[in-house]
Amino acid sequence: MSDITRAEVCVTACADLFLGAGETLASPMGLIPSLGAKLARLTTEPDLLLSDGEAFLLTPESTVEGWLPYRKVFDVVAHGRRHVVMGANQVDRFGNQNISAIGDHARPTRQLLGFRGAPGNTINHRTSYWVPRHSPRVLVEAVDVISGVGYDHAVGPFHDIHRVVTNLAVLDFDTPDHSMRILSVHPGVSIDEVQKQTSFPLTADNVTETRLPTEEELDLLRTKLDPDSKRDKEVPS
Amino acid sequence: MRDKRTTADEVVGQIKDGMTVGIGGWGSRRKPMALVKAILRSDLSDLTIVTYGGPDAGLLCAAGKVRKLVYGFVSLDTIPYDPWFKRARETGAIEVLELDEGMFQTGLRAAAHRLPFLPIRAGLGSDVLKYAPQLKTVRSPYDDGEELVAMPALKLDVALVHLNRADKHGNAQYLGPDPYFDDLFCLAADRRYVSCEQIVETFDGPPQTLLLNRMMVDGVVEAPGGAGFTSCVPDYPRDEKLQREYADAASDLEKWPDFYERFLG
Repeated sequence: MSDITRAEVCVTACADLFLGAGETLASPMGLIPSLGAKLARLTTEPDLLLSDGEAFLLTPESTVEGWLPYRKVFDVVAHGRRHVVMGANQVDRFGNQNISAIGDHARPTRQLLGFRGAPGNTINHRTSYWVPRHSPRVLVEAVDVISGVGYDHAVGPFHDIHRVVTNLAVLDFDTPDHSMRILSVHPGVSIDEVQKQTSFPLTADNVTETRLPTEEELDLLRTKLDPDSKRDKEVPS
Repeated sequence: MRDKRTTADEVVGQIKDGMTVGIGGWGSRRKPMALVKAILRSDLSDLTIVTYGGPDAGLLCAAGKVRKLVYGFVSLDTIPYDPWFKRARETGAIEVLELDEGMFQTGLRAAAHRLPFLPIRAGLGSDVLKYAPQLKTVRSPYDDGEELVAMPALKLDVALVHLNRADKHGNAQYLGPDPYFDDLFCLAADRRYVSCEQIVETFDGPPQTLLLNRMMVDGVVEAPGGAGFTSCVPDYPRDEKLQREYADAASDLEKWPDFYERFLG
């Protein structure tokens, strides 16, 4: 199993985000989270609902099993049976996420996408983040603009930031003050390295090693889900 | 029944400086680009543009038509960022109301229903309200007492949308997988114009694809290719090559005049 790549570890870490999700709409943004969601559906979470990124819900065999145009996605967001895995230009100690702008929002040094659905996602249902390049520029003390709502700004009954999966580690907010902690480091990564690549101090009690993919998962990933190894371009080993 | 056929230039002739114009579609998908081009060619200015933004937003910023942009995002889909929108923001050239996507829909729905606002959870805790202090919250009058965002109506003077088929009376049909929010844009607007790939006598396909009825439409423009370079499936996919040329030229002000001239034809 020594040939297992970092990207493959990230994919199964993303698949594990959906453990126990059942009949929930998985909305993964980006390649690695998408592979993770598809892998979960083929293994531990056969009841997951997955969209084609346009308007259809697809089975693993790519048969259309449902229609979900944007207007109905918004209904699911408000209804709450959804787990989104978003990207983040910045994510901070309490899980606030920024995809809107770097610098002052009135006149940003770098305009990004905009708030998109991040405010509504984070206030309505479970949200995780995927960070392909864990660095102090992404893992910041406080985000410039709060798009996705973190624990120190959480309101309402449905706020639930689950985990942050990066190319180095899996992190969550299961601490007394909901600040970020290291849940596991990927094989070959040290706690020190994760801390060094993060702009704020992380809780690091009981850190484990992120699990390796099983033989079945590797086979599905390599032969069925991503035979061209696009995953290795997103996360080089 | 009234014949509402008109031209893109006549539609734009109905728009006045300072008006609020909603543009249908989503990102770089089914944008009414023939109508947008007619605005680009006009001497209109000071517009407030309301859009799930794609290249429509960037092009209108490039031409200096935009005073204020109301959006949830601006993206070209396969190219994440629109260079002209970025430049407009980073140079402070435009005023903005940046919203959550669901708040945007809720604002259109409030306008469509002639309500001052509709409640929504989205926005709470985020910086949407910080940068738009005109947005207020409202407390549930029921036992839960929950505080919610009172999303104000996004009232439009004009809605511009592009569909696959229409008849001359203003009934219109989408044939792709997603209606986006084009019906809501029309209901939120005083004047509503639809461009289409083809004007037909009768519609093929399931009646559920008839998104707009003639009560919702004031003018119909036949504009084959009228969403190009954005997608208008099944009639055509996005023209990725032309979109790439747009983005490249938009990133390089030396290349821009040449591209823009060719683009406007």
